[in-house]
Amino acid sequence: MKTAVIVFPGSNCDRDIAVALEAVTGVKPAMVWHGETALPDGVGLVALPGGFSYGDYLRAGAVAARSPIMRAVVDAAERGLPVLGICNGFQVLTEAGLLPGALMRNEGLDFVCRDVALTVANAQSAFTSRYGQGETVTLPVAHHDGNYFADAETLDRIEGEGRVAFRYVGEVNGSARKIAGVLNAAGNVLGMMPHPERRIEMAHGGFDGRRMFEGLLETVGA
Amino acid sequence: MKLRIFVTLKNGVLDPQGKAIHKALEGLGFAGINDVRAGKLIELDVADDTSDAGVDEMCRKLLANTVIENYRVERA
Repeated sequence: MKTAVIVFPGSNCDRDIAVALEAVTGVKPAMVWHGETALPDGVGLVALPGGFSYGDYLRAGAVAARSPIMRAVVDAAERGLPVLGICNGFQVLTEAGLLPGALMRNEGLDFVCRDVALTVANAQSAFTSRYGQGETVTLPVAHHDGNYFADAETLDRIEGEGRVAFRYVGEVNGSARKIAGVLNAAGNVLGMMPHPERRIEMAHGGFDGRRMFEGLLETVGA
Repeated sequence: MKLRIFVTLKNGVLDPQGKAIHKALEGLGFAGINDVRAGKLIELDVADDTSDAGVDEMCRKLLANTVIENYRVERA
């Protein structure tokens, strides 16, 4: 499966996600600079990496969401192409309007950098098919703005539609209803604060992240 | 034409930074502070014929995230 990683000025997990994607798919991802206006032909997945795009100026992800490549990403997502946004990538997806809600400053104001336990709240998506429904997995988080906010009506709707992919087991950042990852209505866009690409080999402490990429390869990689 | 755009968190949206400022002020011994909310001020210098609708669009498309923020435009 061909994949693409979008690189913004200030992205810093772009190499990590590229290593994870290559490890699982066997194909080096195309690294696509934010100033490009088109995605490479034939990609089966677009990843928006973690980091501090544009120095988090204005709001985390706000400027990146308006960069030229994002028009192509939004168009492709609306046509059904799987798009995965991790950490800053999740912030970019909400700012671009592909996912509901917003990521605010962590409730405790601290930058949180540690392994967290997550519950898989929807194991039916293309991203989560290798997990069990309700299973607890462990992935690292590293963020300052991961406090998921949406109004009560939106939260009820996304919960009702099974669009919460992951929840924190414990208190991490003040996120509404402990939401750690959200799917779009069609299920082809996932944004999440934890880093699956940082848990793909034994040296990382386990394989809980690798299973996401293996699942994607199986469901969309034909 | 100079514009001042005030971006503030909507009512009901928790403001951790405001809370931290509140605590710090109290730590300095200032009493009687009921609440603190932190926002942003963005100053724009734009062409004189820039329409209100144009400014409004700038606010909605980039300067404010209307999921969590309100904005107010002041002409200097």
